[in-house]
Amino acid sequence: MKSWDAIVVGAGHNGLVNACYLQRAGLDVLVVEKNEWIGGAAVSRSLTPGFLYSNCSYVCSLFRPEIMRDLELPKHGLQVISYEGGAVFTRDGDYLANYRDHHAHRREFARFSKKDAEAYDRYARDVTRQCRFIQPLLMRTAPDPTSLRPRDIGELLYLGKKFAGLGAREMADTLRFWTMSISDYLDEYFETDVIKANFSISGIIGTALGPMSPGTAYVLLHHYMGEVDGSVGAWGYARGGMGAITKALAASFRASGGTIRTDAEVERILIENGRTGGIVLAGGEEIRARLVVSNADVKRTFLKLVEEKELPDTFLRRVKNFRMRGSSGKVNIALDSMPEFPALPKDSPSIRGDLHFTDSVERMERAYDDWKAGRWSADPFLDMMIPTTLDPTMAPPGKHFMSCFVQYCPPKVEGRDWTDADRDAFAETVISQIADYSPGFRDRIVHMEVRTPRELEAEVGLTEGNIFQGELTFDQLLFNRPVPGYAQYRSPIGGLYICGSSTHPGGGVMGAPGRNAASEILRDLKRGANHMSPAHDVI
Amino acid sequence: MTSFDCIVIGGGHNGLVAAAYLAKAGRKVLVLEAETETGGAGRSHEFAQGFRVSMAHLLNRLHPETVKTLDLESHGLTFSPTRQVPSVALSASGDPLILTGAYGEKLEGASPDAARQWAEVRAQLFRYAGILKPLLARRPPALGGMALAETAAFAMTGLSLKRLGQEDMRDFLRVLLMNVADFVDEVLSDDRLKGLLAFDAVLGSHLGPRSPTSLLGLYYRLAGEIGGAPGGQLQPAGGMGAVMDALRSAAEEAGVVIRTGSAVARILVENGRAAGVALDDGEEIRAATVVSAANPRTTFIDLVGPHHLDTGFVRRVQNVRMKGDAAKLHLALDRAPEFLGLPLDHRRGRLVIAPSTNYVENAFNPAKYGEFSPDPAMEMTLPSLDDPSLAPAGGCVLSATVQYAPYALKEGWESGKPKFLEAILSVLERHAPGIRKTVLHSELLTPPDIEKKYRLPGGHWHHGELQADQMLMSRPVFGAESYGTPIAGLFLAGSGSHPGGGISGVPGMNAAKRILGTKG
Repeated sequence: MKSWDAIVVGAGHNGLVNACYLQRAGLDVLVVEKNEWIGGAAVSRSLTPGFLYSNCSYVCSLFRPEIMRDLELPKHGLQVISYEGGAVFTRDGDYLANYRDHHAHRREFARFSKKDAEAYDRYARDVTRQCRFIQPLLMRTAPDPTSLRPRDIGELLYLGKKFAGLGAREMADTLRFWTMSISDYLDEYFETDVIKANFSISGIIGTALGPMSPGTAYVLLHHYMGEVDGSVGAWGYARGGMGAITKALAASFRASGGTIRTDAEVERILIENGRTGGIVLAGGEEIRARLVVSNADVKRTFLKLVEEKELPDTFLRRVKNFRMRGSSGKVNIALDSMPEFPALPKDSPSIRGDLHFTDSVERMERAYDDWKAGRWSADPFLDMMIPTTLDPTMAPPGKHFMSCFVQYCPPKVEGRDWTDADRDAFAETVISQIADYSPGFRDRIVHMEVRTPRELEAEVGLTEGNIFQGELTFDQLLFNRPVPGYAQYRSPIGGLYICGSSTHPGGGVMGAPGRNAASEILRDLKRGANHMSPAHDVI
Repeated sequence: MTSFDCIVIGGGHNGLVAAAYLAKAGRKVLVLEAETETGGAGRSHEFAQGFRVSMAHLLNRLHPETVKTLDLESHGLTFSPTRQVPSVALSASGDPLILTGAYGEKLEGASPDAARQWAEVRAQLFRYAGILKPLLARRPPALGGMALAETAAFAMTGLSLKRLGQEDMRDFLRVLLMNVADFVDEVLSDDRLKGLLAFDAVLGSHLGPRSPTSLLGLYYRLAGEIGGAPGGQLQPAGGMGAVMDALRSAAEEAGVVIRTGSAVARILVENGRAAGVALDDGEEIRAATVVSAANPRTTFIDLVGPHHLDTGFVRRVQNVRMKGDAAKLHLALDRAPEFLGLPLDHRRGRLVIAPSTNYVENAFNPAKYGEFSPDPAMEMTLPSLDDPSLAPAGGCVLSATVQYAPYALKEGWESGKPKFLEAILSVLERHAPGIRKTVLHSELLTPPDIEKKYRLPGGHWHHGELQADQMLMSRPVFGAESYGTPIAGLFLAGSGSHPGGGISGVPGMNAAKRILGTKG
């Protein structure tokens, strides 16, 4: 019976990135995926004739350019269309537009406040500086500060030197920035509520935190560090939806000789005296391999696929304490015509970008209070886009696909499981908010896909429907992600690795965890990683 | 007229400690206090005929070194273990939880399981607080090149970290910046205990138990000690006023001259260095060293003036968050109250109403939007039980710190105050039925009242939020983080500086050390 060099569990973007690098290093790699399609949460599926949805993740920005180049994704069909800004609609019928061009953006702010327009220069400079410091950390394995291994100490020294390189005043700024709330941080620059709300967005997307929670300023960076064709903080659509990214990865993987099996759900990871020997599929089929790399989240991997008795108590306790409460939902809508937003001037480029309705930090924070109480937000925060304004491949001519990311949405409704009735009521909350700003919106709806944490967990396999495979709080970042002592993609089981967003640097369609895990695996195998281009500081 | 080497602005506890240290080192020191009495927020005042109370109502972190160096015990301060008081988590259903000994060496009213859990968690918390202790006692580590003392503090921290053992050290690094709610959910099961810890963690800050970093507040408390008992707390004989009197007499014995009723209007700055101060009435007093125990923003913006400082520094000072969320309630009662299920002798303790973490979080939510808590959380003491002189015969003083009462109340405190008092009293009534009928007089100090009465901007007793981004080298702001300032000869010595507020005397002590280590 054939034995593989490595089996990757789950064909999400990190699993595929990891598989690509291993295959290219000469390993014989099999990727198994429980669904009959690949992609995990970077997927495009057609659920109604003529329309293609980006069912989960919906924009491309964080994906690491090094990976795109190494794996030749453009050659394998990936095309990213960058878009121009977006807008926040205000309740008084006005709007605040975002532009990629700094000066256009500044002029827009000046419509609201001269002071804020000036502050924006300072803000952009300071945030970019923070990015410049944090960004290189993404593509490095986090050192273990409690270890005396030369490699960890060396890495700590590198970080220390880099930090000291900032100079005393910037070091102080950085230390503050890391623990501040995005709301407090913005208060130091801006006076206009809608401008603060506009910038708060990046501080809360995907997190189980409100804009007033300490630590959200850091999350801002997490979303700010993205780049599209070399311009930092820029965002784009993957032509053909987010599935195009995983399709290109799969093509690249197959081109280098890799194998993918769909409809193959893993029931158990085989463990023989402390070492993994492969996997067992639902239905009993056993597939042997020297290495198993799990793209599933840390809880699914170690609490479902591995038997407790195989794991040390401390590790088990920490995995159980790992927090990954879902905080968002998704509504994908097929529209038979372009929705109107009277607030926007004709031909405003904003319509092609991300649109929001929460025009004050307080509205966003109150939405979070609902989540804390175990309810979905009565007045939710929406990150809404219409990719078909730039990508004609996702809907028939004249018709449109609208993607609505919705926050906040709890893993359980006041402690009990979601029901279909809850899901529909949740969708109605979203639609009615949109309809408030877009007359006749309901009549344009052809089809809707509503996804609460329940659906995300059932279909994609994200425990509690957490889109980052784990909350982004200090106790779950860097050397603490996913758990202290195992933040370097390894596990207590010999030959078993994890490569999903549960690991450093975390969620978003970035690919960094998959790549970092691959380099750790190759290091253990004593294989050169010369097909892996060095991580570079982009900013 | 006599000339002075140092002028200390503010006769609060930190001002007095700094002054005493400087005088002991032979400097000629003048303390200028705006009020008619020294003691700042620790001084007692009569809030009703024959009823006296002070803003700060428990002693839990007066630094041992300060006590020793200033020999406060010879000035009437006693730390006898009998004065240590328990913490009580009150319950409206009549089954309170009582933590006796220093922060709950023993639990009364808990299940054996809960008690076992707590013993473990308590040990862990003290272990971790112990690591931070040196950092909270010494000058904050400088970011550019460290002086010897600081390196020592760091070394000690590193050392005690290593002593933990690797797994414990990993847990320490994981939970350091965690929120208290998730932490207690991981390790405890008793809601009353969780509520108490949550309250203690967020007391005096604009955070809820579910705000990341809120656990730091608990470490801050546990890093304190009193009468040799880490995490202990006591009712000083004669109330907090007596503590302030001891500090004053220690300062005066060391040769400090104290002038009350002398409000400083300006700090004189001549070619970039401090030259003395000007009082409200125009009188100028010159000295080469000026030490301000006043709030940092008051010091730099009002007393020095922005034109002497660079814009980046001024901006940082303006950005320090210091809007208080805690109100102070003083009740004059015609008899000592009785709380549901609480043995009478435990009324001497710190009585906390915070039945669960959610209760505290729900109390916090409205504060984010400038509204007060409809169901506030609070800690109370009955100081007159220990010191009958504080109330007329038979009467009783109730002193409560109540959260949350946002400084900038949307509807304004004019109309908000009576409503908030009503909210507090009805919560009290739930835990001590009949107490309302015994109220002779009440004084509710909202943050704006506290600001006015004690000259604390924002009514914030820490002189600025004590949150991760305003600690250590970021306290009060970078550029003034180790008691020195951009103005040569001007130093900070108040709670706005590292490590922060509470009656510890550490900022005053560290400032004095810094000055004495500084040439001219």
